[in-house]
Amino acid sequence: MATHAAFMPGEAAAAPSGLWSWITTVDHKRIGILYGTSAFIFFLVGGIEALIMRLQLAAPDNTLVGAQRFNELFTMHGTTMVFLAIMPMSAAFFNYMIPLLIGARDVAFPRLNALSYWVFLAGALLLNASFVVGAAPDGGWFGYATLTSKQFSPGQSIDFWVLGLQILGLSSLMAGFNFIVTIVNMRAPGMTLMRMPVFVWMSLVVQFLVVLAFPAITVALILLMFDRFFGTLFYAPAAGGDPLLWQHLFWIFGHPEVYILILPAMGIVSEVLPTFARKPLFGAPVVIYSGIMIGFFGFGVWSHHMFAVGMGPVADSAFSIATMLIAIPTGVKIFNWIGTLWSGSIRFTAALYFSLGFIAMFIMGGLSGVMHASPPVDLQQTDTYFVVAHLHYVLFGGSIFGLFSGAYYWWPKITGRMLDERLGTLHFWLMLIGFNVTFFPMHYLGLIGMPRRIYTYAPDLGWNFWNLVSTVGAFLIAVSFLVFIANVWKTMRAGAVASPDPWDGRTLEWAIASPPPVHNFGVIPTVHGRDELWLQKHGDGHGGTPAPRPPAPTRQDLASIHMPPPSYWPILLAASMLFMMSGALISIYQVVLGGLLTLYCMFRFALEYHRPHPQESLR
Amino acid sequence: MSSAHVAAHAVHDPNTGTTGLDNRKMGMWAFLGSECMFFGTLIGTYLSYKGKSISGPTPHEILNIPLTSVSAFVLLMSSLLMVLALAAVQRNDMTWGKIWLFLTALLGAGFVGFQIYEFTHFVHLGLTLQTNLFGTTFFVLTGFHGAHVTGGVIWLLSLWVLALRGKLGPQDSLKVEICGLYWHFVDIVWIAIFTLVYLIP
Repeated sequence: MATHAAFMPGEAAAAPSGLWSWITTVDHKRIGILYGTSAFIFFLVGGIEALIMRLQLAAPDNTLVGAQRFNELFTMHGTTMVFLAIMPMSAAFFNYMIPLLIGARDVAFPRLNALSYWVFLAGALLLNASFVVGAAPDGGWFGYATLTSKQFSPGQSIDFWVLGLQILGLSSLMAGFNFIVTIVNMRAPGMTLMRMPVFVWMSLVVQFLVVLAFPAITVALILLMFDRFFGTLFYAPAAGGDPLLWQHLFWIFGHPEVYILILPAMGIVSEVLPTFARKPLFGAPVVIYSGIMIGFFGFGVWSHHMFAVGMGPVADSAFSIATMLIAIPTGVKIFNWIGTLWSGSIRFTAALYFSLGFIAMFIMGGLSGVMHASPPVDLQQTDTYFVVAHLHYVLFGGSIFGLFSGAYYWWPKITGRMLDERLGTLHFWLMLIGFNVTFFPMHYLGLIGMPRRIYTYAPDLGWNFWNLVSTVGAFLIAVSFLVFIANVWKTMRAGAVASPDPWDGRTLEWAIASPPPVHNFGVIPTVHGRDELWLQKHGDGHGGTPAPRPPAPTRQDLASIHMPPPSYWPILLAASMLFMMSGALISIYQVVLGGLLTLYCMFRFALEYHRPHPQESLR
Repeated sequence: MSSAHVAAHAVHDPNTGTTGLDNRKMGMWAFLGSECMFFGTLIGTYLSYKGKSISGPTPHEILNIPLTSVSAFVLLMSSLLMVLALAAVQRNDMTWGKIWLFLTALLGAGFVGFQIYEFTHFVHLGLTLQTNLFGTTFFVLTGFHGAHVTGGVIWLLSLWVLALRGKLGPQDSLKVEICGLYWHFVDIVWIAIFTLVYLIP
């Protein structure tokens, strides 16, 4: 049955096109594009939410939105940016780049990969459907119980949040299993772990963080769901429950989550800097070890989010020291990046600008982070705008700058078109200036006492001017993204066609066409060191001979490649899961019907290739 | 030349990768690692609420250790049968393969039956999800374990039905092995729960 659908590459084969081919795709590159596009749309949605908040705060006693709407805006802004923008933007690069960087033809489980995407989309839609029915979540992205318990949030808004996050967590977990196996088990011959590109290494650390941290929030959300739907007492202090249980469970997830958001950007920067400095990454093994250390320590610092709740001096000291320790591997990385640039032949492309912006902004965010690590200082800063400034310097100044560096760097590979470098540079400078105008004054506002999450303030507190400045900066950021969209629009219509290797790149993705053929590599390359393509082109820089290039694929090679055929079960399974989960808001019958549908789809998914003809399975 | 050789090799053995392990098996191990954190969090919640209930019934008033020991024994024996099932499938002895797969599922279902009896009995004694912190944490922890066992029973029965239809043989033994990994994991979790919830006063 599947034989006719199996892709037979060769000079005559073209990628299938049309909407149906995207819905049923199991190609990691297409799934990457789906992730990236969806994430960018949700990034714009979250950005608009931020702009409305900044408009409300631009002047004292403003009445643009009320307190309730403001609560919904900051809740959805945080949830959207973390779960629907930065994580899936990282997932876009994991999907598209990891198989290319390790010399593989796809991920380990292509259909599971498609399922991850559709489940992500289902969760994102459910979360945002709350706006349509007028019950947007309003409990903060951290959703502290007991604030989110039935007693204090009786409506359906928190139910949307709980169910949406539960679905999104499922998607992240499935992707995590998939990428761990892909990275560990599908590397090209010769690609030992220490020869893996640093982006792949940081991705691997992130997958371990996802797999080990998401269960904590899954359980926290299950307990909250049971409290809300079935009247259990997990978050009921009146029955003896611990009011800190949610906070601990949430931050056991929440702090590794911070590294889930930043490590992919660190990986991207570690690829971009060597390419544009035309030097190997300085001390690459140390960068890798530092990334592992950051991931490891990330599990031991969660309570620094809770210094203000009164855990006592012993716990405070332990978490304070552990938090300060994380600054060491982070600082090591920064010196390695600077060392990479040192005496390099630097080419100032948009991608490099964004990486430089990442380093500078992340240093600032990191420094204010070390300030919070000290409990006495943190007590002054908790719940003030100083924390808002800090977290945006690491998540916007860090993650978003890093991810856009990746977007400019890999755009030619993904689309086959060059972005306009002048518009890209303009995007960078507008974003850098707008970012600092928006968020730097928040340090000061926080230190003079402006609390977070207030929807308005009195005119005589001395906060008026810097709030206005911050709002102006936010619109500058918005303009910078209009420049980006214009750049994409312009170059997709009439941009220069990208060569396979426009940047004189170092890693395997630049050895193949832009965009890559469906099967990626005609002949799976053999790897001789880190920066394999550079070794093939230029040798090791110490007079050694260049590494041998893989032979051109013969017709026989190409005929022996078998890519997995498309499947519609991933989207059907995701849709039935969404039907089941949304039933919790509507009717128990829908839950049961959805559950049966989900079970049916799971069987069809699992047995789709039970005992395939050997050639129909992947590779 | 060597790359061509490796590529050709990869075509013949599509799921075996860099480490020599099968992708699906490694994926299962990653999943079980995640499950460790899942149950670890649930057990941690139970333990942190142990003895914090402000009203009865308390665990020692209500838990029936002899009865649950029997059900724990049933579940552990099912692990033995799982090993026998895998061995039978691997040596292409599908007669015994079917028998052992079915009996593994049967013992698993027996464990779930014990749990249903236990839960209804506790409800009659006045312990529900909403009674106190013990009821809340006990039912959710053991209930999620029971749900995992139920999922395993469905999985085992699916393999059994495939075997009945002649669609399961030695070449599919990895699917049985992966199901077995999950099944043994669920058993091990029960050993932890049984010890921490029932045996330690």
